[in-house]
Amino acid sequence: MAKQHVATTINGDAVEFLCETHQTLLDVLRDELGLTGTKEGCGTGDCGACSVTIDGRLVCSCLVLGVEAAGKSIQTIEGMAAGTQLHPLQRKFLEHAALQCGICTPGILIAARSLLERNPDPTEEEIRLWLAGNLCRCTGYNKIVDAVLDAAREMRGE
Amino acid sequence: MTMPDTITPGEKKLKVVGTRPVRPDGVPKVTGLARFGADYSLPGMLWGKILRSPHAHARIRSIDTSQAQALPGVKAVMTAADLPEQKFEYVGAERVAVNFWHMTRGIMAREKALFEGHAVAAVAAISKTVADEALQLIKVDYEVLPHVINIEQAMQPDAPLLFEDMITRGVEPAPDKPSNISKRIEFKIGDIEAGFAAADKIVENTFRTAPVHQGYIEPQACLARFDADGQAELWASSQGHFVIRALTSRLVGMEVGNLRVHPAEIGGGFGGKNVPYVEPVALVLSRKAGHPVKIVLSRDEVFKACGPAAGSLMTVKIGITKDGKIVAADGVFSFQAGAFPTSPVMNACMCSFSPYDIANVRSVGYDVVSNRPKTAAYRAPGSPLSAYAVESTMDMAAASIGMDPLQFRLKNVAKPGTPTVSGPKHTHEGFAETIRALLQNPAYSTPLGKNQGRGVAVGYWFNNGGESSANVHVNEDGTVVVATGSADLSGTRASMAMMAAETLGIDYDKVRAIVADTGSIGFCGISAGSRTTFATGIAVVQACRKVIDELRARAAMIWDAKVEDVVWEDGCARRAGKGAGEVETLPIKAIAAKRTVTGGPVSAEVSVNAGGVAPGFAAEFCDVEVDPETGAVKVLRFVAAQDVGRAIHPALVEGQIQGGVSQGIGWALNEEYIYDDAGRLVNAGFLDYRIPVASDLPRIEAVLVEVPNPNHPFGAKGVGEANIVPSLAAVSNAVSRAIGRRMTELPMSPPKVLHALGSQRGS
Ligand code: FES
Ligand code: FES
Repeated sequence: MAKQHVATTINGDAVEFLCETHQTLLDVLRDELGLTGTKEGCGTGDCGACSVTIDGRLVCSCLVLGVEAAGKSIQTIEGMAAGTQLHPLQRKFLEHAALQCGICTPGILIAARSLLERNPDPTEEEIRLWLAGNLCRCTGYNKIVDAVLDAAREMRGE
Repeated sequence: MTMPDTITPGEKKLKVVGTRPVRPDGVPKVTGLARFGADYSLPGMLWGKILRSPHAHARIRSIDTSQAQALPGVKAVMTAADLPEQKFEYVGAERVAVNFWHMTRGIMAREKALFEGHAVAAVAAISKTVADEALQLIKVDYEVLPHVINIEQAMQPDAPLLFEDMITRGVEPAPDKPSNISKRIEFKIGDIEAGFAAADKIVENTFRTAPVHQGYIEPQACLARFDADGQAELWASSQGHFVIRALTSRLVGMEVGNLRVHPAEIGGGFGGKNVPYVEPVALVLSRKAGHPVKIVLSRDEVFKACGPAAGSLMTVKIGITKDGKIVAADGVFSFQAGAFPTSPVMNACMCSFSPYDIANVRSVGYDVVSNRPKTAAYRAPGSPLSAYAVESTMDMAAASIGMDPLQFRLKNVAKPGTPTVSGPKHTHEGFAETIRALLQNPAYSTPLGKNQGRGVAVGYWFNNGGESSANVHVNEDGTVVVATGSADLSGTRASMAMMAAETLGIDYDKVRAIVADTGSIGFCGISAGSRTTFATGIAVVQACRKVIDELRARAAMIWDAKVEDVVWEDGCARRAGKGAGEVETLPIKAIAAKRTVTGGPVSAEVSVNAGGVAPGFAAEFCDVEVDPETGAVKVLRFVAAQDVGRAIHPALVEGQIQGGVSQGIGWALNEEYIYDDAGRLVNAGFLDYRIPVASDLPRIEAVLVEVPNPNHPFGAKGVGEANIVPSLAAVSNAVSRAIGRRMTELPMSPPKVLHALGSQRGS
């Protein structure tokens, strides 16, 4: 079948790509556009490793078709730092040793940023509930929660 | 200056070891630029896909690949016929023995498919879509055979046999009939009959656990390139690229020297990535196609075909005196190996009673095959299971005499000189100290509410040493590169850089640690058995000491002094003895700047086979609350104390403990492989195989106990595994105490807890 032409915006830049109609946004990002920072842990919407935002909404990119990106604005982990300036969440994850293997980290960072955009002062329980869709097998989540709390504090200017 | 072999606290102030710097590989991991197994590509790359058996047990009469081969865009198709046959023999030490006859059949089925998901063929095509289409065109003629999933059924004399000629090893005289019991092992000290005869109380119980998966978030993935001259390269995420090279080259039938393996970042392993799954397949496909081939498994394939941890059936019996001294212990541990022999049951037997000083002990193990995927190692393989059975029984024993369960363990704890069931005596301190640290934790004496219970358990793990290599190179500007061949699973690059900086006396940020590929450094064993910071750390420190000797020699040359009159302090050469104080010190940077006139580059490579391992020991307690209406268990608090020897990077060590405990909680409460009547796995996804999520878990308090290992330059002991060993039992003991009924099966899913509560109400 002929491939579809899609025009979209990724991390603020206009991007065009060709994809098969059944290809997921995750596959397009990784295989067609070389944006491999978004990870695949399951392909079924159960692990959150593929988290991105579409027009500001947090989604699993493995559950979205590539063609659905048309006309939308997509944010991936590659766009999280401003140049060499890490996002406070990225910095706090490093300072708190909130990653071990790091495969879940891009998805968790995207999800955590989404949380802080909606709720700049979340409780520990709110963080744990918000991140319940993002699996981490290495850390037991302790230091992830600490890093998000600390980043939120810094972003509030406290 | 010669450095003392061990730096003990108080002797010398450590500047770097014990701090919490950001790891050198951190930034690429938070920006998405780090490259994991699935993130590599090459020009002209093909996609490889694997066809898997839909049957739990079936004879393969024939495989017809002609239609797949003919599909446009398909560049190669392979079956087991493309892999060389291997000799049937167990090689290596019994505890970790490998049989390549089994291993090659694990990579791809030959005579029979032995479990649902067993690979039977593979294709390489120009896109994932074409590869998927090609798989559907492969015709496999199966003769479906009766299957067996359950361990008790698999051990019956009339069970369907996976291998018609398998005679149980380790039984004298050898049985005259084949069975699914691959081997029996036994360890014994003292006289258990006499021991039980002297006991005031005897407690005994039988325990069952379901197989669970390591649950690494990154599925197996690799990229292979096989060139026309017979040389090949692999980019793979594994726990040890040297071992992947050794096993893959053997399975594919090529010389080790013709295969170079690059360590991709690894997205979790926990023992599950010690062995190859996709690498030999990708290499063969690439050899046949003449193009690079990438294989990335789906989550479904990971669950169905990449080793879970063994399930078990265990009976433990303990005899104690009325004042709480254990006088005899007996354990029979039967483990599910999966479709091919070799579960970690030997580890289980050896670790089971090792925390204790017991004069009369017997441990018996059975290794049992059934129509499930072959098990793989999982964090302290074997030990969490035997600890679950032993520590549950210990809890019953302590309760039977009304003794505090931690005090009971402290009273019976092993010390240096205590014999272990497998023979060698314990030689290291740390067990009693760890239990005392937990006893002193203020939370241990907090009161509990209704439907709540507190459970304790301890656990032992060997830890490991072995072969490692490190290279330390002083750059032209005096900065330093440390290269090792140890896969970095969780931040060991930071520990290596820290140990190097401490030894050289320079700042952490002047040292960069990297993981070198198999062509760039000497052999390193797998990052498993909690060996990396210990064994590879020793290689790093020894290489740094060689570099220091060389730097002193260079300084002596610059000063026209004797090398004995030059000492190394705080990253500088200093003139001592005759002429001391007459010249300025020479920092590493100044010596590096003069390298061309003093003998050229300064570097050293050291390879070790590290001995002097100290075991890991952990003591944990947890508080749970049971909902009597639903049977759901909520973990309210978890405190885990572990003897880590010396925490090189305490935050990373705490992370290891928190991670191990959370896996233990999942094992205890949620996780299990569930099969239907046809022998098919029904929960091969993260929705139905539920690993703990953030909202399931409490804070996990890690208590670092530091009883240094005198055989490591900084006192380090392995830290990655001992933490999970007690967790299953700690949770089970807490639930048992909360409901007043002994739980004997994992996972303690709500129906099982309700059932236990129901039988209590009925009684
Ligand atoms: S890969 Fe999309 S949720 Fe797991
Ligand atoms: S850090 Fe490994 S899965 Fe989260």
